[in-house]
Amino acid sequence: MSIRKSRDWFSPDYQEQERDQGVGHGLHPLDKYLRKDRIPHIWCPGCGLGVILNAYLRALKDSDIPPEDTAVVSGIGCSGRAAGYVDVDSFHVTHGRAIPFATGLKVGNRDLKTTVFSGDGDLFAIGGNHFIHAARRNVDFNVICVNNFNYGMTGGQAGPTTPTDAETSTTPWGGFEQPFNLPAVAAGAGAVYVARWTTYHVEQLTDSLKEALEKDGFSFIEVMSPCPTGYGRKVGLKTGKKTMKHFKENSEIDPDADPTEVALDPEDPDSKIIVGKFVDRDAPTYQDERGEVFEKAREEMGVE
Amino acid sequence: MMEPGTYFMEGNTACAEGAIAAGCRFFAGYPITPASEILERITERFPEVHGSYLQMEDELASIASILGASWAGKKAMTATSGPGFSLMMENYGLGLMTETPCVIVNVMRGGPSTGLPTMVAQGDVNQTRWGTHGDVGVVVYAPSSPQELFDYTIKAFNTAEKYRLPVVILSDEMVSHMTEKVEVPPKEEIEIVDRKKPEEDPEDYLPFRPDDDLVPPMANAGDGYSVHVTGLTHDEKGHPSIDERTQNMLVPRLIDKIRKNCDDILEYDEYKIEDAEKVIVAYGSVSRAAIEAVDMAREKGYKVGLLRPKTIWPFPEERIYDLAREGIDDFLVAEINFGQIVYEVERCTGGAAQTYLAPRMGGNIHTPEEIVDRIEAIDRGEIPAFKE
Repeated sequence: MSIRKSRDWFSPDYQEQERDQGVGHGLHPLDKYLRKDRIPHIWCPGCGLGVILNAYLRALKDSDIPPEDTAVVSGIGCSGRAAGYVDVDSFHVTHGRAIPFATGLKVGNRDLKTTVFSGDGDLFAIGGNHFIHAARRNVDFNVICVNNFNYGMTGGQAGPTTPTDAETSTTPWGGFEQPFNLPAVAAGAGAVYVARWTTYHVEQLTDSLKEALEKDGFSFIEVMSPCPTGYGRKVGLKTGKKTMKHFKENSEIDPDADPTEVALDPEDPDSKIIVGKFVDRDAPTYQDERGEVFEKAREEMGVE
Repeated sequence: MMEPGTYFMEGNTACAEGAIAAGCRFFAGYPITPASEILERITERFPEVHGSYLQMEDELASIASILGASWAGKKAMTATSGPGFSLMMENYGLGLMTETPCVIVNVMRGGPSTGLPTMVAQGDVNQTRWGTHGDVGVVVYAPSSPQELFDYTIKAFNTAEKYRLPVVILSDEMVSHMTEKVEVPPKEEIEIVDRKKPEEDPEDYLPFRPDDDLVPPMANAGDGYSVHVTGLTHDEKGHPSIDERTQNMLVPRLIDKIRKNCDDILEYDEYKIEDAEKVIVAYGSVSRAAIEAVDMAREKGYKVGLLRPKTIWPFPEERIYDLAREGIDDFLVAEINFGQIVYEVERCTGGAAQTYLAPRMGGNIHTPEEIVDRIEAIDRGEIPAFKE
């Protein structure tokens, strides 16, 4: 059986069926979730964003959350463009502010299943303060951080996740800052769900995204992703394929790992990338807590 | 909302109560002097009216979250002062570009930088007009009493909803910390405007196609319209389209929807202007001293009147243009800064009258005597016209 046949999604029959049902243009198995007039996308050959968006949309499809109850918020950068391709209520906001925008959206309408889809620079440099406070508040939404280790859209500058010794457009003599270990930041700030995958781990990533969508509270998924154009070309990962191979050969699934221990070793480019779901706990969400306090306040005031 | 009646109320409290009366049910803010009482009043009152408030990590987050809440269908507000307002400039621009109704209160204090946190100034007037990058059309109200803070907060929400933009209430420390009589009218006497909603089916709806009033109907998130909203230059579908043609379709409309609806938006007050030869232009707290100055100057035999812009932006430019050609010799702008609205007045006179400035650097408002002294000096030809 050919691969094509084994996945009926890609069969002409399936596409015709989708067209007949009027749920899409029949060009892609997830086209119900894509703005067909926005395709093709702007991402470079070898970029990991297509893999990650695909995984998110598959998770959405599998979770049975209706698209009309779904919202995606992105900041600025290559990952920020994701909001423009998904056919749900989607917001492409200012650099770093996707999280507070999503906070207002979710608190304003708690029925909206809200996902922040953005990059490492957007979420952890210019938006870092918002990230830790949203995690602390435990507002109920998911954050997908596409970590490509650099600012891709602006030409490959170093960012808060760039390995120390990597050469980039702004570290021509080598770097000298410590990168964030994102799962540790998220867990430390109070996220109730923390996972890390690479674009090689498509199935695990999809499962994780589905869990995050169904989880009550602030959940965080880091996805390490190839950026051959901006980052890879200077660090020996010139193609998407080469980066995928790097992820495959160097990652190790360890769900029991302590998130504070999963930083990449800046001294050793071939050190293990520890991936897995590191945190999955239950805690009252911002809206549950506030609802309780307000309920008591109304009792005290004697109003309904 | 509050029981109708007459209250003795602080300006900031009146602002919060005006917001509640207008239907504001989402508030996000960060503590800052002299605006904190708005946040405090909201936190006290919101459980009762089933509102949501968030004390955010900074003003960047405060304004970003009210934009999000607005798209969730809520009437949303934030309140701050100069330093926080400076931080809000990027998302003020996002709100204008994405036509997101909401209200931003700026209680002005002395600047620049941390300046005079507890003391009055009017140094943010041009920032409300030009503070965010790019070309924008804005609506800014300058109330001059707690009563106006109540009334114009309601009006600000109505204007925001009607024209789809973040509307600024430019209060100042003196007005916001003043406690005065405030009449709260019965609910049925308060006009409430809600945003236009699309009437067509989702497949036919273009989220940024304007009606004849240049304002597009707005579908909220969750309404099933699958809207895309971006701060990039976008077409009527809301899709980014980074080219000159789309820019020329979009940005002039954002400016024109205010400019061409000016008759509906613009508000100003006049006092004893009919026979005046000299006109004081003042707004906010200073306008109160200016009323007194008009009476004092008239007792001394000077024919003086007052023009008080209630919308600072749009500015009453045609009115000043006409006055300058209908016999007004001199305009004296009294403002607590080193000259901001004076440039507007001078521009609007087009050289048909002289424009003078009574500046103050912040910390206190002008005394009426000080303004009268200026009038007398102008009359004696002792102070140079502003331009010289």
